[in-house]
Amino acid sequence: MTYLLHRVLWTLPVVWGVVTLVFLLVHLVPGDPAQIMLGENALPGDVSALRSRLELDRPLAEQYGLFLGRVLRGDVGRSFISQRPVAQEIAARLPATAELMVGAMAVALALAFPLGVTAALYHGRWPDRLASLFALLGVAMPSFWLGPMLILLFAIRLDWLPVNERGGLDNLVLPAVTLGTALAALLSRMIHASLLEVMGEDYIRTARAKGLGERAVVWGHAMGNALIPVVTVAGLQIGVLLSGAIITESIFDWPGLGTLLLDAINTRDYPVVQGCVLTISITYILVNLATDLLYGWLDPRIRLHR
Amino acid sequence: MSRQTRALWMLSGLLGVVFLLPGVLAPWLAPYDPLGVDLLHELELPSLAHPLGLDANGADILSRLIHGARISLLVGFSSVAASAVIGVTLGLLAGFYGGWVDQLLMRLVDIFLAFPGLLLAIALVAVLGPGLSNVVLALALLGWTGFARLVRAQVLAAMGREYVLAARALGAGPVRLMARHLLPNVAAPLLVQSSFAVAGAILAEASLSFLGLGAPPGTPSWGAMLSEGKEVLWEAPHVSLAPGLAIMGVVLGFNTLGDLLADWLDPQRRHS
Repeated sequence: MTYLLHRVLWTLPVVWGVVTLVFLLVHLVPGDPAQIMLGENALPGDVSALRSRLELDRPLAEQYGLFLGRVLRGDVGRSFISQRPVAQEIAARLPATAELMVGAMAVALALAFPLGVTAALYHGRWPDRLASLFALLGVAMPSFWLGPMLILLFAIRLDWLPVNERGGLDNLVLPAVTLGTALAALLSRMIHASLLEVMGEDYIRTARAKGLGERAVVWGHAMGNALIPVVTVAGLQIGVLLSGAIITESIFDWPGLGTLLLDAINTRDYPVVQGCVLTISITYILVNLATDLLYGWLDPRIRLHR
Repeated sequence: MSRQTRALWMLSGLLGVVFLLPGVLAPWLAPYDPLGVDLLHELELPSLAHPLGLDANGADILSRLIHGARISLLVGFSSVAASAVIGVTLGLLAGFYGGWVDQLLMRLVDIFLAFPGLLLAIALVAVLGPGLSNVVLALALLGWTGFARLVRAQVLAAMGREYVLAARALGAGPVRLMARHLLPNVAAPLLVQSSFAVAGAILAEASLSFLGLGAPPGTPSWGAMLSEGKEVLWEAPHVSLAPGLAIMGVVLGFNTLGDLLADWLDPQRRHS
């Protein structure tokens, strides 16, 4: 319980720091944000009206206080383009991004498990080398190259899968593979390394000495412990998927949080940019917190050591 | 020469010949003007005159690729140098002084690490405006935390060692201790980290340029070339092929270089 409380309290200053940095973002704009949002030819009256709407005409400390207060109430302002509350805009886009992330995680796990386990069981032989090659290439391959290549092969040449629309499961395949491949590469390496390490432990030798078959040793004894570090890495990578989704969404015109952020950047809609950045990073912090707590629950030694 | 040393030299040589050299000598090596426009021959397939073909403006893709190496090189190395300077300084201070200095700096690291992946760089370039100098600045602010954590951990481990105690006993002040005794001690892991960081920065620059947030339009950055290639994927897939392979090759090269350096610089791993 102390561990839980300690870990939760630890998160609060980080959240505060993130909110502060996101607040400061608009103040990093070179020049007057209101002028830049409206363009060079805007009338001075319009610029000062927008400045006042964005509270930029107040002292910095007061702006900060107002921003903190609004964030606490879940209100990050109104979109400059659509005039709708930013929170509503984000809520409308979240399901698409969540769907993409679940798809990508499923692809990553489906690829990483067989590859990682095979590599560990055939350590030093050709299946291991093949899996290592996949891991090396998967990490180095940019998603913004893989995506177009998948479109070229499966949508244009073979005409097997649709592209550029959100809808059924077949529409999700290409974006999910694009986003999930790098994670699959990373996880397969983790599963490989973790399983190899566990297979060298004394209790595995004992299990073998008792006469257990290899299948029972791997699945009954080794896998559970080997998965603990993999769960942590997979959890921490959810945030990376969230930011990777920005690129994948732009490749496939996927109507999620990433395309909302990129559109907002292009139209200089700063409240939406702030809202998206805040949503993505707070989600990341919460997922990390949940992963840490899960890790502590899975492996009691962690709780005692901290 | 051991097998590992030979592999290290071979990979460094390969990276030098296919990446560093073309990057540095781009204006002399590129056969055509990377910004050339020839609308009569747009999207032409590879030929003897243009081994990688022409893009949507009729510019020679090989020449653009060679000039793109220059941009990747410039952004990769300068942003990593900047992150290393910030990270090493703050990491040294945190590890050396400990206490509230350490607490404060590590909480700052936590805050920066709370922005996943490229998000902070995207947000910074979004407000600062696109352009390569802003990309370098954003990537430097993204990358310093890795260096700070590494150096802090190394310094913490070194603080109780005999050579530090001896230098202290001989009257060395904090600056001398950090610069002359602790810094050389972290040089090896720093080199390894830098190699991985260059790979990350090159990939990040390409990502930002792909999103239209990096190099200005028309600049032959590999990421921007892929973004242009995506628009003509249907009729001219050759436009996308080469820049993607180039990014992958260089990132793979620097990642492997980091792995080899880690083995080579660690005597225990070298002999295992």
